[in-house]
Amino acid sequence: MSQLEIKNLHVSIADKEIVKGLSLTIKGGEVHAIMGPNGTGKSTLSKAIAGHPDYTITSGEVLLDGVSILEKEADERARAGIFLAFQYPSEIPGVSIANFLRAALQARLADGEEIDASGYYKRLYAKMDLLKIDRKFTSRAVNDGFSGGEKKRCEILQMAMLEPKVALMDETDSGLDIDALRIVADGVNTMRGPGLGVLLITHYQRLLDYIVPDYVHVMYDGRIVKSGDKTLAHELEAKGYDWIKKELATAKA
Amino acid sequence: MKPPTETDILSDSAETGVMENPAVGIDQSAGNFSYKMEYAFDAGTGLSEDTIRYISSVKKEAPWILEFRLKALKKFFSMPMPTHWATKDLENIDFQKIRYYLSQGQKPKRTWDEVPDDIKKTFERLGIPEQERKFLAGVEAQFDSEAAYSNIKEIVSKQGVIFVNSTEGLREHPELFKKFFGKVIPTGDNKFSALNSAVFSGGSFIYVPPGVKVAQPLQAYFRINAENFGQFERTLIIADEGSEVVYMEGCTAPKFSTSTLHSAVVELVALKGAKIQYITVQNWANNVFNLVTKRGIAHEDAEIKWIDCNIGSRLTMKYPGVVLKGERARGEVISIALANDGQHQDTGAKMVHAANNTTSNIVAKSISVGQGRSTYRGVVHIPKHLKGCKNNTECDALLINTNSRTDTYPAISVRGDKNSTQHEASVSKVSEDMIFYMQQRGLTEGQAMSLAVNGFINDLARQFPMEYSVELKRLIDLEMEGSVG
Ligand SMILES: Nc1ncnc2c1ncn2[C@@H]1O[C@H](COP(=O)(O)OP(=O)(O)O)[C@@H](O)[C@H]1O
Ligand SMILES: [Mg+2]
Repeated sequence: MSQLEIKNLHVSIADKEIVKGLSLTIKGGEVHAIMGPNGTGKSTLSKAIAGHPDYTITSGEVLLDGVSILEKEADERARAGIFLAFQYPSEIPGVSIANFLRAALQARLADGEEIDASGYYKRLYAKMDLLKIDRKFTSRAVNDGFSGGEKKRCEILQMAMLEPKVALMDETDSGLDIDALRIVADGVNTMRGPGLGVLLITHYQRLLDYIVPDYVHVMYDGRIVKSGDKTLAHELEAKGYDWIKKELATAKA
Repeated sequence: MKPPTETDILSDSAETGVMENPAVGIDQSAGNFSYKMEYAFDAGTGLSEDTIRYISSVKKEAPWILEFRLKALKKFFSMPMPTHWATKDLENIDFQKIRYYLSQGQKPKRTWDEVPDDIKKTFERLGIPEQERKFLAGVEAQFDSEAAYSNIKEIVSKQGVIFVNSTEGLREHPELFKKFFGKVIPTGDNKFSALNSAVFSGGSFIYVPPGVKVAQPLQAYFRINAENFGQFERTLIIADEGSEVVYMEGCTAPKFSTSTLHSAVVELVALKGAKIQYITVQNWANNVFNLVTKRGIAHEDAEIKWIDCNIGSRLTMKYPGVVLKGERARGEVISIALANDGQHQDTGAKMVHAANNTTSNIVAKSISVGQGRSTYRGVVHIPKHLKGCKNNTECDALLINTNSRTDTYPAISVRGDKNSTQHEASVSKVSEDMIFYMQQRGLTEGQAMSLAVNGFINDLARQFPMEYSVELKRLIDLEMEGSVG
């Protein structure tokens, strides 16, 4: 069973500290939800873990199965088993989803090894059926001209194909109508299991009705300020983030 | 610019390159090697009338050809460098330091067994004999100034197709070739066509008889082996009425520390209803000045299509053109240029409409990486008295990192209102976020850039013959891998 340990992580963008000492351990099989107001550093956290060059980790550690990943390039981290479902996925004109995924899988093979094309397509189509994605979808260029919902489904399909150890899912629910949300949630639920740890970043409680988390954390101003089980999410929904802010203010006083 | 590399020893990339993928394409990625050669014929260094006389005499040419050459030399000396519109880098060519003619003999061999060992080794490493067996109707393999090997499959020659080098063509079939030789591209078209007309050697002369459709492509491969050398091949393809032919050319040279000059002239003639497709995938080393003039004349209902992929070289200046001379003639230029650090791809297209209801299509895609620079120059000319003419021009540029530069100079002169043109241009960038996105899926930075570039040209590459699109992809992969710091 794999695990991702985030220890007292500090992240800056252009000398401005955004994540200010965040610790969290995600074990295989667990789903952790992080909720928090906009601008609090949720996307920054996920991109820093994934190795985006704009985000500087000023102190702290991130370990995957006990090994630090912070010295690794983004692609090495990915191949080690970190997957980021982007809040705003990039478009790659002219590169079909099928070819893109094939290249991504090929990159995981040893030199000289070739991906087996027929086996690949079999697996791809099986995953697409599971996610109720039309076959024609994979001949379209990655995210090029996709609706918000299509982009998110494309992320989930990639996640299903790449079988990461840890998935960081950044607002995967945004831009989805209720049917699409259900399909995406079903997909994630079928992937749940001891081999996969999930960090589910979301602004709203809605997603957590479909992907029920084991833990819920509230992030505010670059830190986790409160942790609990799924009931915390309901509490947040009812009381709003102001409630957390007030609590924090009282604690400080 | 990349530093020069050892050329006498086999580099690793060269070795694995050939072995890796012998089944597809002509392996031009493996071009960076050369063998020490003793040349039986050598015109020495520098350019004068004596150089011309030497070349003409070893070729045992008819007097009219020597005359043609000497006139061209005068023209070349009298014409200024086109630096008033083109790059000043042209001034760095020292014409007196170049060797204009190097060969082992003027008669190409008809079988690979007869080709001298060193030369044969070169072409075997590039995979040519194997390709010939697999999917080509004929091959000409030029080594420095002359074709070392030239052969056409019997089934094709029986149809009356002529496929020889320029020396043989002018000697054996003067009545056929003289009529069009130097007519599509006059000597004085530009300074480099004048230079070629003076010192030309090698290149292909092709004639396809009426109605003959050559089923497999004819291929020429141009190899520069010697340092400080200039290669000046001359190609003339005549497709007679209703015939069809596909010609493909590939080029490589090893990376020398001094610059090398490649200056070809290619003339195409498509007679009534004929179709010519001319495909180039070049991968010159990045010290080669590649200054090539290519033009075709399309008669009534004829079609000429240039597919031009320019990778490598220090400076490429090339603007394939079609003169649409007969009614309903069609011309097309599809070009892809990749300018990496220290390279300048100055490419484009020229369409001259000279009859009613003629159509032309230009799709040019350029990729500039690092300090690389791409320039598109297009000319579309439709005079006032014509009607029913159409042109479509699309120029797309892709920039990878902020230092690279792209310029577009489209000149579309359409007179009168009975013709239509459409012009689109775009510039896009491979953003850091896009690269990060791909890296997050496990691709290295080089693989990510390469995929972005392949995506950018995908719609064009799909139109190429399979072997060439695979080869193009491999060359792009290599370029992009090499461009990551
Ligand atoms: N690339 C960037 N450059 C500058 N500031 C950024 C960048 N990305 C995020 N920020 C800033 O960092 C803070 C946290 O942003 P983000 O991590 O996107 O928050 P969240 O995902 O929680 O909404 C915000 O103030 C945002 O403006
Ligand atoms: Mg966010």
